[in-house]
Amino acid sequence: MSASFSTSAARNMFYGGSTFFFLIFLALTYNTEQQLPKRDQRAQLDNPAVVAGKRLWENNNCIGCHTLLGEGAYFAPELGNVYKRRGPDFIKAWIKAQPTGTPGRRQMPDFHFSDKDLDDIVAFLKYASEINTANWPPNIEG
Amino acid sequence: MQYKSQIVAKHYFVGALVLFVAQILFGLVMGLQYVVGDFLFPAIPFNVARMVHTNTLIVWLLMGFMGSAYYLVPEESERELYSPKLAIAMFWIFLVAAGLTVIGYLSVPYATLARVTGNDLLPTMGREFLEQPGITKIGIVVVALAFLFNLSMTFLKGRKTAITSVMLIGLWGLAIFFLFSFVNPDNLVRDKFYWWWVVHLWVEGVWELILGSILAFVLIKITGVDREVIEKWLYVIITLTLITGILGTGHHYFWIGAPEYWQWFGSVFSALEPIPFFAMTLFAFNMVNRRRREHPNRAATLWALGTGVMAFLGAGVWGFLHTLAPVNYYTHGTQITAAHGHMAFYGAYVMVVLTMISYTMPLMRGRAANSNAAQVMEMWGFWLMTIAMVFITLFLTAAGILQVWLQRVSETPLGFMATQDQVALFYWLREGAGLIFLIGLLTYLASFFKGEKAAA
Repeated sequence: MSASFSTSAARNMFYGGSTFFFLIFLALTYNTEQQLPKRDQRAQLDNPAVVAGKRLWENNNCIGCHTLLGEGAYFAPELGNVYKRRGPDFIKAWIKAQPTGTPGRRQMPDFHFSDKDLDDIVAFLKYASEINTANWPPNIEG
Repeated sequence: MQYKSQIVAKHYFVGALVLFVAQILFGLVMGLQYVVGDFLFPAIPFNVARMVHTNTLIVWLLMGFMGSAYYLVPEESERELYSPKLAIAMFWIFLVAAGLTVIGYLSVPYATLARVTGNDLLPTMGREFLEQPGITKIGIVVVALAFLFNLSMTFLKGRKTAITSVMLIGLWGLAIFFLFSFVNPDNLVRDKFYWWWVVHLWVEGVWELILGSILAFVLIKITGVDREVIEKWLYVIITLTLITGILGTGHHYFWIGAPEYWQWFGSVFSALEPIPFFAMTLFAFNMVNRRRREHPNRAATLWALGTGVMAFLGAGVWGFLHTLAPVNYYTHGTQITAAHGHMAFYGAYVMVVLTMISYTMPLMRGRAANSNAAQVMEMWGFWLMTIAMVFITLFLTAAGILQVWLQRVSETPLGFMATQDQVALFYWLREGAGLIFLIGLLTYLASFFKGEKAAA
């Protein structure tokens, strides 16, 4: 690297450049927060079932096998749009039927959910399916 | 080893390698569960194996970074560590906390763990990579603060170099961004948005500062090239890292509900993220080619060069493959992501920690380098693990391309599980490559016990 370009110039470029881009990142974050109410279905969070459903989602580590809006593990189907793909009754019946015990097949544990728990989970998945995700996933299969 | 207190690093490195073995064993369990779905069910469901696999990885890399810092900062500062006792105490606290957390994952259902650790008071659990109970997260913060206090005091009282400045900025950034693991809004979009402030700003931000400073330190030591030259490279690399990587966070904001302009910011800036990695490759090779001495530790040199190459391939090339929004629309959340994740973590962070271990362990054991036989064995470990990881990545990429085609591009898309059945062959091949990786790891570990006699 050229001798005319000194270490202290490189250092100043580092501090200046990173600070500048971090400030832009903060500004974009602020703008994102302003725009989110139009996209994120936050009115649904007034329904306690949605929040309770998110807690059940987290407390059972669903993300350890499934993806939600494409993030998580890739072992089991995408659930961000499962409400639209399968509908509420199928989701509840499916969860209750686990594990299938079919030899050699991937198994989902029995989480011992109550009927209220299942309703909460469905409310959460309905909320997730209505978030504006810029048309992702490409088709209903997730 | 110039300062007695540097020896505390040894604890951290040994602890890191023990957790590395656990990480790989659970990786093999998961890999088999991909094709033999009910393997070890219900004793170890997939999600539990995955938590152990990813959490032990994170903890052992953190231990590796901490050990590296405890070795490097005293030497660069030209004084003893502020408090070696505090460093040792924190090691044991960290190791015990990590061990108890893993035992918790394995012994009770996750929901029980969440309940008994009071997750309903401060819900932070059940999010990818941040599955640890709140009390473990608080423990991580305490250990990190004690660690930063110890190192900052050492730094402030001693010589200040570019390497220690960059490393401390990276480590402070690591601790500060981890605080976002306590941010868990009920709003799913905001939850995901700030979750990336831990995950992305760690691995594509501040961790790269730590990586750069460790690599720069080892290159100064093994090549004897002027510090001035190496420090200039370091600043250029990390400048490129942060000006691309910070706004590159946008590549995670394409499909989670954030505004659509992130598709532009994320695509453009993350497309530039390979540049700092390429600069790192050039840096490592340039410095080794311009070396002013023949360091007897050839294995450490190999690891340093390997880090340069594999970080570029894994983080740079495999990242670029699926980072543009129109491509990511199809690849998001598929095995392509898994392929990139594996090679990037190995190439950048695993390898840089092993570079530091390779350089420092002989010194901490009272010799400049290991015997020739031990180094040859270590290099066998290097090649077996590295080649195995290349094949793991290629097989997962093949699985991912097929998956995208069958499930997302096709006119008559298959469902998720039907697609998984179609790509099973590649999962079997990946598991085979994983076994080779394990053999490589065992070879590498065996090299520590080979030929105690010093080389020279």
